[in-house]
Amino acid sequence: MSENKTIRIIVTRQDRPDTAPYDEEFVIPYRPNMNIISALMEIRRNPVNAKGEKTTPVAWEMNCLEEVCGACSMVINGKPRQSCTALIDQLEQPIRLEPMRTFPVIRDLQVDRSRMFDSLKKVKAWIPIDGTYDLGPGPRMPERKRQWAYELSKCMTCGVCLEACPNVNSKSNFIGPAPLSQVRLFNAHPTGAMHKAERLEAIMGDGGLANCGNSQNCVQSCPKGIPLTTSIAALNRAATIQMFRNFFGSDEV
Amino acid sequence: MAQNREFFYRRLHSLLGVIPVGLFLTQHLVVNHFATRGAEAFNKAAAFMEQLPFRYFLEIFIIFLPLLFHAIYGLYIAFTAQNNVSRYGYFRNWMFMLQRLTGIITLIFVVWHVWETRVQAAFGAEVNYDMMANIVANPFMLAFYIVGIVSAVFHFANGLWSFFVSWGITVTPRSQQISTYVTMGIFVALSIVGIRAILAFV
Repeated sequence: MSENKTIRIIVTRQDRPDTAPYDEEFVIPYRPNMNIISALMEIRRNPVNAKGEKTTPVAWEMNCLEEVCGACSMVINGKPRQSCTALIDQLEQPIRLEPMRTFPVIRDLQVDRSRMFDSLKKVKAWIPIDGTYDLGPGPRMPERKRQWAYELSKCMTCGVCLEACPNVNSKSNFIGPAPLSQVRLFNAHPTGAMHKAERLEAIMGDGGLANCGNSQNCVQSCPKGIPLTTSIAALNRAATIQMFRNFFGSDEV
Repeated sequence: MAQNREFFYRRLHSLLGVIPVGLFLTQHLVVNHFATRGAEAFNKAAAFMEQLPFRYFLEIFIIFLPLLFHAIYGLYIAFTAQNNVSRYGYFRNWMFMLQRLTGIITLIFVVWHVWETRVQAAFGAEVNYDMMANIVANPFMLAFYIVGIVSAVFHFANGLWSFFVSWGITVTPRSQQISTYVTMGIFVALSIVGIRAILAFV
């Protein structure tokens, strides 16, 4: 429509992990069909803030640009989401961009999500198939179950559920919804189920499953629509059974 | 704290909140409801409770120890949360915040209430209709009691909802939804019992 339409963006910036955050405003030219990534690229092309001062380009992470990798997650107008699928035309201006502060901020909008990857290791979110000899094919998975499990496998470890969770913070050691739901996924797999108890015992440790406070923000926030709270409740049931097995004894090892 | 005890403490906290603390709360409010039938009926019911065999044993193991654990561990849980209802104004997030808030209000109320009644009784005061009537003759105390009762009942009813989730009883969103209606029904019903009882002393 108009040729000199602009976009106002306020970015919460932070120069180093140990320095204080500050706000910087940018006014950039509008183009049709822009998303947050292309707006940030425009700032990078011409790093001048709204006061006309030359500044450093904003740092952020991105990779797939189609909402399957989770790298470009940030807090956009108060809600954590991926910046690749956050379309400028659908956002109220000025657009506020903040890092997901549940994670340690490296610089500007870039955060360190290592704790999630550490949690995946802790809960053994994989299926061990290696041996010293060929173990042959594993048990088959029914198609219906495969389709069901596919929904849980959509998790991209983006960190949005941890950002939304009131129990994931610097005062608590809760691992958060994403790695918990992965335990349900791998325990549902016919070969993965052979290590079911190991995974359950990992999440029955400190900072595990029991730290969920049922605020259910995770399931409302998950960009992939993963039924996180259903996973947590299902794991609660499995953990209850595991707890009785451990205490009273069971041949189901 | 020992390693890997958190799961056990959390589950114990959840269990004790319902059995015996929640059951005791319900029983307590129902006995108090005798006050609506007059001072005599209340005094008779209170005397019956007082004269239960093994009274000290029951008080210690059914009320004080479970309550103490639930309260202290609950405070720790409440203060490790970082509430964010302003950012995420979803119904369950509000309930999460209210559960922690009512827990703290209930704890303050219960400490005061135990001091004013059970501790005074240990010092020789007689727990009867007149004792409560004297307490709630002060409109400020009446308001404090109503807030305390409603908080306790909410904390119990909503805690029952999360008890069902924490033990893996309600898994599907549908069952959790129905559980919300049922537990909120319990909240309303028990609140009526509790408020009618306290107003009977006015």
